[in-house]
Amino acid sequence: MSTQDPNKPCLTRRRVMMGVPLAGAAVLGVGFWKMLSGMQQGSFNPHDINAPVLNRPVPDFTLPDQTPGQGFATQDLKALTKPILVNFFASWCIPCLAEMPTLMALKDDLELWGIAYKDRPENAAKFLQHSGNPFTRLGSDRDGRVGIEWGISGVPETFLIGPGGIIRWHSATPLEVETIRQTLIPLLAKLKTP
Amino acid sequence: MSHSTGQTPRTRLRRIVTALVLGLSVFLAPALVLAVDDPSEMLPDTKQEARAEAIGSQLRCLVCQNESIEDSSAGLARDLRRVVREHVAKGETDHQIMDWMVARYGNFIRLSPPLSVGTILLWSMPVLALLLGLGLAFFSYRRRAATPVAPPPLSEEEKARLAKLTKE
Repeated sequence: MSTQDPNKPCLTRRRVMMGVPLAGAAVLGVGFWKMLSGMQQGSFNPHDINAPVLNRPVPDFTLPDQTPGQGFATQDLKALTKPILVNFFASWCIPCLAEMPTLMALKDDLELWGIAYKDRPENAAKFLQHSGNPFTRLGSDRDGRVGIEWGISGVPETFLIGPGGIIRWHSATPLEVETIRQTLIPLLAKLKTP
Repeated sequence: MSHSTGQTPRTRLRRIVTALVLGLSVFLAPALVLAVDDPSEMLPDTKQEARAEAIGSQLRCLVCQNESIEDSSAGLARDLRRVVREHVAKGETDHQIMDWMVARYGNFIRLSPPLSVGTILLWSMPVLALLLGLGLAFFSYRRRAATPVAPPPLSEEEKARLAKLTKE
């Protein structure tokens, strides 16, 4: 260690000029690292389109029955006392087909309500016969108008509805086991113990 | 043609201008063509239709993300075009229709972001950074000019030497 001149001030101009950019770079580095690790864990998504629905009540809508289930409306979601998932799907959507096994595995732990988006009722019914039906209730959004009310930009999209019909979480990508374990289950635990 | 030799300079000029206008219109046409696939989508009232197109060209197609809903032929864009036209026909203001869209899809649906504290800060950042830099440069320059490097005072020895030299 070098011995310092006691008369020399510790905070010289030279040190400040060196330190300020270094500190700035460190702050930026930590920020970017947080964003990147958030993207990997799924807690930060820069492509997330509709965050505005979060923590708001479900929109006004009424859906007719979609075989083999019974349709539902805003009041049914507002009357909920436990959290459920609302999933928009379509028989013409390949990612929805890929998502079905995950939903089938989830249905015993969390109730799922389905909305067939811009789909012929007979095609949606056949799709559910083929892939299995994880949904307790099923509505048909034939012209996609209810989808617009919910602010969806495609299928599949999933919303977590808390008690009282408040939208608590949203995913615009197919549900994966990882997402369920890392995001959905902790959220559910939080909703059950307010 | 037998007429080609009898052209006056004036008709030739007119032909060149016509050709230029036609040629340019080939390049301009795609900008004017909107993706309204089906004429039945359009409102019968041309004024209302123009308004609907103006609103739609400010709304992002969320499927393609870099096109307006008027330019896109995606299914969702078509549905949103229909929604805009319904609201226009109902007599809602542009502002009301924009708010309706933003309530469902967030500010991301607006192709031109609104003025807010965040966007004002974002857009004024180059000017702010320039002013900050100029200010720093100005103050450091002034401080340097105000404290000129004064030579240390002469010691007794030097004074004596100087006196001796000036005497000679």
